[in-house]
Amino acid sequence: MAKAKKSREGTVMVLGGGIAGVQAALDLTDLGYYVYLVEKSPAIGGVMAQLDKTFPTNDCSL
Amino acid sequence: MVEAGRSPNIEILTNTDLLSLKGKPGNFKADIVQRPRYINADDCTACGLCTEYCPRHQVDDYNEGLNLTRPIHIDYPQAVPATYYIDPRSCLHLTHETCQICVPVCQSKAIDFSQTPEEKTLEVGAVIMSPGFGRISEETLAKYSFGKHPDVVTSIEFERLLNPSGPFTGEVRCLSDNRHPHKIAFIQCVGSRDIGCDNGYCSSVCCMYAIKEAMVAKEHDPEADITVYYMDIRTQGKDFDAAQKRAEDKGIKFVRAKVADVMPWGNHLRLTYSTLDGKHSFEPYDMVVLSVGLESPPDAQKLADMAGFKLNKYNFCDTDTFTPLATSKEGVYVAGAFNGPMDIPESVTQSSGAAGIASGLIKKQRGKGIVHKSYPDEKDIGDDVRIGVFVCHCGINIGSVVDVPDVSTYAGDMEGVVYYTESLYSCSQDAQEVLKDKIKEHDLNRVVIAACSPRTHEPLFQETLKDAGLNRSLFEMVNIRDQCSWVHANEPDAATDKSKDLVRMAVAKARHIQPLPEQTVPVNKTALVLGGGIAGMTAASDMADQGFNCYLLEKQDSLGGNYKKLAHTKKLIEQVKKNKLITAYTNAELQQTSGFVGNFSSIITTGKGARAKEITLDHGVIIIATGASEHRPEAVLGNSIKYSKNIVTQSELAEQLEGKGKKRAPDSIVMVQCAGSRGDDLNYCSKTCCNTAVQNALKVKEINPDSQIVVLYRDIRTYGYAEDLYQDARQKGVLFIPYEMDNKPTISAKGKKLTVSFFDPILQDDITTNPQMVALSVGMVPEETDTLSKLLKVPVTADSFFLEAHVKLRPVELPVDGVYVCGLAHSPKPINEIIVQAQAASAKAAMPLVKGYVTVDPIVSNIDKETCIGCRLCTSLCPYQAIQMVKDENNRPKAETIVASCKACGICASHCPTFAISMGGFTNEQLTSQIEAFGKEITEKEKETA
Repeated sequence: MAKAKKSREGTVMVLGGGIAGVQAALDLTDLGYYVYLVEKSPAIGGVMAQLDKTFPTNDCSL
Repeated sequence: MVEAGRSPNIEILTNTDLLSLKGKPGNFKADIVQRPRYINADDCTACGLCTEYCPRHQVDDYNEGLNLTRPIHIDYPQAVPATYYIDPRSCLHLTHETCQICVPVCQSKAIDFSQTPEEKTLEVGAVIMSPGFGRISEETLAKYSFGKHPDVVTSIEFERLLNPSGPFTGEVRCLSDNRHPHKIAFIQCVGSRDIGCDNGYCSSVCCMYAIKEAMVAKEHDPEADITVYYMDIRTQGKDFDAAQKRAEDKGIKFVRAKVADVMPWGNHLRLTYSTLDGKHSFEPYDMVVLSVGLESPPDAQKLADMAGFKLNKYNFCDTDTFTPLATSKEGVYVAGAFNGPMDIPESVTQSSGAAGIASGLIKKQRGKGIVHKSYPDEKDIGDDVRIGVFVCHCGINIGSVVDVPDVSTYAGDMEGVVYYTESLYSCSQDAQEVLKDKIKEHDLNRVVIAACSPRTHEPLFQETLKDAGLNRSLFEMVNIRDQCSWVHANEPDAATDKSKDLVRMAVAKARHIQPLPEQTVPVNKTALVLGGGIAGMTAASDMADQGFNCYLLEKQDSLGGNYKKLAHTKKLIEQVKKNKLITAYTNAELQQTSGFVGNFSSIITTGKGARAKEITLDHGVIIIATGASEHRPEAVLGNSIKYSKNIVTQSELAEQLEGKGKKRAPDSIVMVQCAGSRGDDLNYCSKTCCNTAVQNALKVKEINPDSQIVVLYRDIRTYGYAEDLYQDARQKGVLFIPYEMDNKPTISAKGKKLTVSFFDPILQDDITTNPQMVALSVGMVPEETDTLSKLLKVPVTADSFFLEAHVKLRPVELPVDGVYVCGLAHSPKPINEIIVQAQAASAKAAMPLVKGYVTVDPIVSNIDKETCIGCRLCTSLCPYQAIQMVKDENNRPKAETIVASCKACGICASHCPTFAISMGGFTNEQLTSQIEAFGKEITEKEKETA
């Protein structure tokens, strides 16, 4: 896992590590920012990690 | 997820709560507290021994409490971070200061009960709120005997029952007596569209997941008898109606009814429902699934107070139609279900959009906080072939059919294989560590992984190879899930044999693979936006906000598109015109585009008549926002239509209502929904027509309260908060009457006299009325997508909307790199969703521009100039214009690949008459050896000894 980088600038906090938070975090890194992804539970993934397949294509959700 | 876990620029803080948020945009201070896991993440190897020894049971929240786990556990093997944790609510040591059995059991000494909560302050420039959604209260569910009878389950519980990692490893069983349920009912709108529990809104996702769950249950048991009880089927999203149709074709029944209650009935459940004709019926079921809605998250109010933004009346985040991702606090954005119930693609789109506007806000700080990931130098692989084979169980996805240990040992006997093993989930984070270690330990220089589809995890494994100092091309993936365990689920022996064949072939190929160099190409930091409506203008100004130049093309003579008259549009036009980074061209059309992501060159025409001219524009990315226009069908539901003052479309009615005419709100109106949509003329649902009809009906009632309005509909699709408007309209006396496609309304006009006849299912009778006006809710058709699709070589759907790269996870990207789509060109949608999509598209389009270069996939065509005879066959065949002719030193024509344009399709190589072209990673030698291996009955070792 990444180690904390003590920079004051160029960072964004994303609160909530479900699919929305994870996507926002990934996109922010691609846009040039360091991200703190804050999640209250012990793992990220949120409800999407509980799903097996997704509508309408029944693709794997992980 | 794993990608997030691997990113050096994402610090994942789990078990963490926000305590306070202070400061201003660009400079926030967030106090957080991280609760202890009692296990050191750096030391835990996720071996699972601790869980085996832990003496205490607790319900497994991840499985919705349907089975048991231990206080020390991991939710699921692919969890990120892949570290176990101890639940302080049930751990014997943490509750009673006893036990501690796990401490000596843990080989890596990772367990640490001395951990305490840790407080930290984060300094951040912007904040994105994505706390998701909450649960519908059990009180609401109790109406349907939830909690009283174990076979009444929520849809999320049913989801877990269907899941291979669920409580019955993917078998659907009744929780009462473990039997397989034969008759299953789904009840829609539980906790949604229900003012009884204060949730007036529609949760917008339940119809879709119910259809999915029903379909999957049907796959598990084709004999299952499944009925979905609904008020309206709201499958308004792109291609969603088609999925519902597939469900119907599979035998899933859909019944429009209100469910009164569900009561235990012997070892069954009795479901009582009433249909529109007023009849009450009941039906026994083995299992009842409650399609629960999305509630606002439980900590919504706390978050709002801490960060200082407003909530709406349903306790979701309050946002405006025209700034759909901004909370009321500047610098704090919102994405996902906290911004109102929404599905995965919409959440993902919002996230990209929110990332983009946050990036625009603090663009001066861009790049200052990030860490660049470095890889070890690639090691020289030498001449010795040292292959490692990893065979994946994929939980039970592969392992329950294919004999994985057998396949793995089989691989061990092959020439060049120096290491082989099996893994439970080879995609999990800890498996990547194992892979790295094994590469080092056995000095592997080629890796074969037999698992799922390379489409999902090949990039992940290749990244791991790079981390281990191997070129990512030294990798071969075998798909023994889709191609073996899934398709041959009923023939495990044959599936195992086939897996062996595939692995043998992959190993044969792997012996010949060579490292391929990675190439990078610089990008032109300019965007081209096609279409000057709300979508295009939003995308262009967002690109400019992020600091990038932008060309904006509009084919009409002014900007604005369909919504020219909105105040928001007028403001946007002014902004775009003033912005120095945006160059807008009107009367402009794209004629030709060549190049590739980062380096496109387009020829456009702009201006009219004598002032028309042709311009060449160089740009790095393309955003398509060409929109759609109103569909004006000549026939509606079999009635031929002559548009007049009295037979109008909803947009014409809206315009009339905006005017000042005294009689602008007629005394009687019949509105016909799905006029020309959903199989009538167009195949799809246009998503916005129900909202527009309800809005117009309310407007008419406001001006002329006595006006009699009848809305004839198939399903009222006022999803999300628009449901409030629907309720309001009904309360104000607007009549909503459903019609069926086998008994359609008739519409006729004789002079000024209009006649509409329809069947009223409540009165059970035919009704004829002579309204002053018929307002047709017509759909939308995309504009010229076919031409553009050919110009840019991007695909469109059967309905001519652009087809995104992945409907769930890449909703605004097109399959051609560097080309993005937003707005109505993607699918019909309301304005707030158009804006979100435009913001997302500009965020995605900014990524290659921020990076400054593009990496070229090394699997490209390679032309041997010596062998090439310059026949030009390849240049004429290449669908991507990726081969150009050059002259060699003797002035002879030779073909040359433009690597950044090459998509590695291999057409050139397969047609070259002199075999001068080879594909990186797919050389003739590699493919031939793979094919030869297929025919070989004996293993390589036997051959050697023979």
